[in-house]
Amino acid sequence: MKALVAVKRVIDYNVKIRVKQDNSGVEKENVKMSMNPFDEIAVEEAIRLKEKNLIDEIVVVSIGSDNVQETIRSALAMGADRGILVKTENELEPLAVAKILKYFVEKEESDITILGKQAIDDDYNQTGQILAGLLNYPQATFASKVIKEDNAMLVTREIDGGLETLKINLPCIITTDLRLNEPRYASLPNIMKAKSKPIDIIELKELNLEITNRLEILEVKAPPERGGSVKMLDNYNELIDVLKNKEGIL
Amino acid sequence: MSCLVIAELENGTPNRPSLATISASLELESTIDLLVFNPDKIDEIKKIKNVKKIYSFKNKIDNLLAEDLVNCLKQIAANYKYIIAPSGTFSKNFIPRLAANLDLQPITDIIKIHDKNTFDRPIYAGNAIATVRSHDKTIMLTVRGTAFQPFAQDGGSAEVELLPDLLEGNHSKFINKEITKSERPELSSAKIIVSGGRGVGSKDNFKIIEELADKLNAAIGASRAAVDAGYISNDYQVGQTGKVVAPELYIAVGISGAIQHLAGMKDSKVIVAINKDEDAPIFQVADYGLVGDLFTTIPEITKEI
Ligand SMILES: Cc1cc2nc3c(=O)[nH]c(=O)nc-3n(C[C@H](O)[C@H](O)[C@H](O)COP(=O)(O)OP(=O)(O)OC[C@H]3O[C@@H](n4cnc5c(N)ncnc54)[C@H](O)[C@@H]3O)c2cc1C
Repeated sequence: MKALVAVKRVIDYNVKIRVKQDNSGVEKENVKMSMNPFDEIAVEEAIRLKEKNLIDEIVVVSIGSDNVQETIRSALAMGADRGILVKTENELEPLAVAKILKYFVEKEESDITILGKQAIDDDYNQTGQILAGLLNYPQATFASKVIKEDNAMLVTREIDGGLETLKINLPCIITTDLRLNEPRYASLPNIMKAKSKPIDIIELKELNLEITNRLEILEVKAPPERGGSVKMLDNYNELIDVLKNKEGIL
Repeated sequence: MSCLVIAELENGTPNRPSLATISASLELESTIDLLVFNPDKIDEIKKIKNVKKIYSFKNKIDNLLAEDLVNCLKQIAANYKYIIAPSGTFSKNFIPRLAANLDLQPITDIIKIHDKNTFDRPIYAGNAIATVRSHDKTIMLTVRGTAFQPFAQDGGSAEVELLPDLLEGNHSKFINKEITKSERPELSSAKIIVSGGRGVGSKDNFKIIEELADKLNAAIGASRAAVDAGYISNDYQVGQTGKVVAPELYIAVGISGAIQHLAGMKDSKVIVAINKDEDAPIFQVADYGLVGDLFTTIPEITKEI
């Protein structure tokens, strides 16, 4: 049994985002980059399945420029077995990313493919579902619990109003929500060990896939500021008073 | 060419985010078709103005699986110029899968329409807004319910088409559902939301939040930290990865104001923050702030109003 995990390199979630002066995007120079937090959860879940001897190998795939190797290395340091970097300088949309991932899910014959539910940069929340659609595989998105049962996965999902549990056959696609697990920190020995784990580097064009972006980003702006500044009140009576008499809400 | 809106219902008729989605759709096309999963109140839904056709099913469908839904929808969807649904965990589950079947790239979470194929959407947890133009032949969108007014005109008389029952595939199976029952207003439609964070300290203490909410006829919200700690269930989480809300009044109690939380509530009309730390970042987006211990302040407010 094999697991394939897709990871994305994004601006670290703690960084305060700055929009570029020319409105062409956000500032990425000299900004801390990390693995998308949901993808870390995906890597962690695959490792836990491996620790339970439910899968034998974890392959990590990422798409981007050379420095994405760092992100793959950190997944290897957590415990994944090998990496694949698909090299391109273009920023790809979820449909394009899913087409590339489809190629590798099929080539590697992945039984369980795990992705983060969304990337915290473009916030699309699409790639896993598109991948499942392209492959016509069963999907369980926004997973907060994953159990293997015979030749299927029992997945509890976070939905509007609560939780839902599905049973999906293998091969399948799972996307992770925040409460699925808490990703481990890589230990120093594992970081050292990861340096000798293999990463295959493949140019996107070598794959001969039909990939074109469908969307055009015309502009990226800072969001409108909230008007005015905070009025600090001295006590709860003042608060009730402004809400009643000034705002007319209560 | 026209526009198909896939609506979600509350008590049988389109919920607030779906009505907002109808408003947005009517900025793109003069009439729309609607798809609903429960035919019980179809005579009421028919009256929504500018709806030409309603697709539904003979019987109400619960526990929809994305796989089965997409198999049914891909036939109908191919005829439309636009396929639109309200943003939320329901549409996020099936819209991209449908897009894969039609070879389309959806634009999720739109907050503004510039023209027939150009839209604004928030990125980076709302810390930037991207203006995006689609070059797809069919444009798939999900709409932020908080960004558009709910559509409220009637006088329509849509025709109804009942679709054949969904075929159940055999690779995915619904097992069960745990739905949180609550008498309180829905987060996505409430006028007032009282939201609790890690500062509330425990599941028991969350009663303090509930009592204030009940007094105000408000919905309850929570930060991720409060949900992770088990004070309240996941569907109350407000933020980048939870629900996006914009009530008239949002009261943040014991919430520090991380950007991921702000992403879900900063469009609220009036924001009140109650926190014992005067440097908490939540005060930077609040309209009114009160520095103090929530365990004394909140019960006092509850008693006084
Ligand atoms: C990928 C990702 C996605 C995320 N998505 C979300 C999301 O959707 N929603 C979300 O909310 N978070 C999200 N987070 C988490 C977010 O970064 C914060 O960790 C979280 O919002 C903190 O919750 P909090 O404010 O309740 O807790 P804390 O930051 O711990 O703040 C607690 C606050 O309570 C105050 N306090 C303590 N005791 C009292 C008292 N007695 N009286 C008054 N005040 C008191 C403290 O001063 C403090 O300000 C996400 C994080 C990541 C990495």
